[in-house]
Amino acid sequence: MSAPLLQLEAITKSFGAVRALQGISFDLRPGEVHALLGENGAGKSTLIKVITGAHEPDSGSMAVAGTVVRHFSPTGARRLGIACVYQQPALFPDLTVAENIALRLEPVRRLRRIRWGNRRAQAAHLLGRIGAAIAVDKEVRHLSMPEQQLVEIACALGASARIVIMDEPTASLTRQEQELLFGVVRDLRAAGTGIIYISHRLEEIFALADRVTVLRDGESVGTIKLGQANAAGARASVPPPVRAPGQPDSTVKETDLIRMMVGREMSHIYPPSEAKPGETVLALRSLGCQSSGVRGVTLEVRAGEVLGLAGLVGAGRTELARVLFGLTPADAGEIRVRGQTVRIRSPRDALACGIAYVPEDRRRHGVILTMPVAHNITMAIHRQLFPGTWLRLGAERALATQLITQLGVKTRGPEAPASSLSGGNQQKVSLARWLAARPQVLILDEPTQGVDVGAKSEIHKIIRQLAKGGVAVLLISSDLPEVLGMSDRIAVMRHGTLQAILPGTADAHEVMAEALGQSSSRDSARLAPREAP
Amino acid sequence: MTLWQRYSRELSVAVALGLFLLLLAVAAPGFFGKNQLLTTLTATAPVLVAACGMTLVIVCRQIDISIASQFALCSIVAGLLAKAGWPMFLAAAGAVGTGALLGALNGALVAGLGLPSIVVTLATMVTWREGLRWGREGEFVRDLSEQFQWLGLGQARGQTLILSVAMLVFLGLAFAMKYLAAGRLVYAVGTDAEAARLAGIRPKRVTFAVFVVMGMCTGLAALLNAIRFADVDPKTGTGLELQTIAAAVVGGVAISGGRGNMWGVLVGVLLLACIAPGLVFLHLPPQWEKAVQGGIILLAVAADGWRMRKAA
Repeated sequence: MSAPLLQLEAITKSFGAVRALQGISFDLRPGEVHALLGENGAGKSTLIKVITGAHEPDSGSMAVAGTVVRHFSPTGARRLGIACVYQQPALFPDLTVAENIALRLEPVRRLRRIRWGNRRAQAAHLLGRIGAAIAVDKEVRHLSMPEQQLVEIACALGASARIVIMDEPTASLTRQEQELLFGVVRDLRAAGTGIIYISHRLEEIFALADRVTVLRDGESVGTIKLGQANAAGARASVPPPVRAPGQPDSTVKETDLIRMMVGREMSHIYPPSEAKPGETVLALRSLGCQSSGVRGVTLEVRAGEVLGLAGLVGAGRTELARVLFGLTPADAGEIRVRGQTVRIRSPRDALACGIAYVPEDRRRHGVILTMPVAHNITMAIHRQLFPGTWLRLGAERALATQLITQLGVKTRGPEAPASSLSGGNQQKVSLARWLAARPQVLILDEPTQGVDVGAKSEIHKIIRQLAKGGVAVLLISSDLPEVLGMSDRIAVMRHGTLQAILPGTADAHEVMAEALGQSSSRDSARLAPREAP
Repeated sequence: MTLWQRYSRELSVAVALGLFLLLLAVAAPGFFGKNQLLTTLTATAPVLVAACGMTLVIVCRQIDISIASQFALCSIVAGLLAKAGWPMFLAAAGAVGTGALLGALNGALVAGLGLPSIVVTLATMVTWREGLRWGREGEFVRDLSEQFQWLGLGQARGQTLILSVAMLVFLGLAFAMKYLAAGRLVYAVGTDAEAARLAGIRPKRVTFAVFVVMGMCTGLAALLNAIRFADVDPKTGTGLELQTIAAAVVGGVAISGGRGNMWGVLVGVLLLACIAPGLVFLHLPPQWEKAVQGGIILLAVAADGWRMRKAA
């Protein structure tokens, strides 16, 4: 057996009174994918920051390839061959791909001269190795999130890192891109690299990881060998058969890991639909918007229905949502809300029509972190709640308190700043803001991205409650099981237009086939080809 | 959360001011003579009014460096109107109205065209100042009627009037920021304009309104300053942009927008205003005023940086 690449012993780290890590031990061997699992706030990020030298532990020791690390610094970690691919890539948006890669990798030449030919060739070579078709002269801000992640991975590859940390690398990737990424991970593993892999998606962990360490409340709950479990290539929508505790590791299943994470039994089962769809709330006819590439979308959403919007990243789901919310107003077709033709040219118009949109990235323009929870919640109903000159602080507090209770937001109180909440709870605050507006149509864009399992299932229950109350919900998600589990109908988008509308009973295969444009069966559900304008 | 925790930033500046005043009380009690104190405060009142406007703009994540040019222009307008024989209340309205107009122009360029406020106000700063120089050729507005200085009330009552108006404006805006629906909008837009827009707020309107209110504050400040003298100097208010921005920053207003309140600014204005006369009374060379002010600003900014690091 090979010596561990990375060995952490009894690492402890506190921030003020908060003990983020309590005696964590962890090891990583060459040619291994070691998954880290835990709810938000379990200590994963802190542990990663210790390994990458961003935080110095209070006690405990860390050794890389047998050498004890004395000074913790990001530069030191890089020199030891540790590279990290963050969930939100840390690239320079105004520099090109090649320049970004060079910044990490190139040594400084004499006279700091730049050899542009070499620089571009090296970038192309690295990107080629991971099968990424990205032009090296493109400025990074024109790249999609997944493409940026691929650039990060290329950097790690180019640095010949021995230890690669991947922090939720698939959070914004489509299935296809995920497969590409998995291929890269397997190649790295085969080349003897040690990989620490963080993900909330259990199916990925089963598909990739050799071992998994579960963290809870800053402590290590245990490390489990996944062994044979992934040999079957667990496509993990269907978990392996039930087993009693204490049986061989090879049959570890999702619920076991979830139980370890949350310390309680927890089904990852989606709440059943109780939909009795009512009248049509939202009707779109040949809706299009040239600037965002949405074209010819004809769709009806009924009260009390959850309509899943599936498709690859870039298929036009978020773009459609932005058209409906007036961020990029439509320039073709029509929108009807409860039979009335409406013009939506700004978010304000959309809100006036009863359409609310919970944007994809809550950290950007979702929740305002420095503002108190209560202010965040009442932001979208500012005019309704404060029709006169004065703020009605009592009414605001009452409403906020009610929504905090209703959604189970864990906060010190309505006046606590949103930054003091965990990611899942911030997402609930973002939801609360739009619930306060009592929308008829609620568009949720990736509502559970980067949210821990517990909060995720609570958000699912909230969505169901809303639908039951007669709201028409449009659910955009790249998490296919979520779309399948939550939707009454599934609209699949491709290339900016609607590819198909499938019943909620459709399976992953059917949805993916439509998203990729490879459908064969289900002719009845296919849409008629778009008529010429 | 206790009061001390929530307002620790403002209170620590207040403590600094208290210590400085204590030092003056021990070393130079003359500073607290009634006339001296009134003179210092009356000279500070216009700065406070201008700083209140500046605070609104900074909380809204904008900046207005044309404030000194606006101030000079409004002073001259007040003087010329008074000289033309307008009644003083109309001349006053003219000064405030001119401020509103100049603010509206800045606001329209920043909000309407989406231009960066530092560039827009740099341009208007130079334009107004050079325009004024060309128009007045440095000439004072002289031979004003008796009704101009102290509004004809005499020094004592004039000073009381200036201080009262300044305090009213200050209290009104401090109150508005916390308890008016419009005040909340300024914070929301200043923290994250895009998030505010997604929530159905119209950031452009808020930004425009903030510049207009700031212009009105500047016009009023110019008036309060002008009536302290018998003539109007076209170069009056030079350096006001630095004074007001510095007072806001020292008072805990985040230059990145969305954070800060008027009480901190009040303390900031007073602290910076006490330095020049304080130095005189401590028999230190008054040339050190700017250096000491700079030191205080650096200290405040460094303290903020330190607090942010600790919080992170």
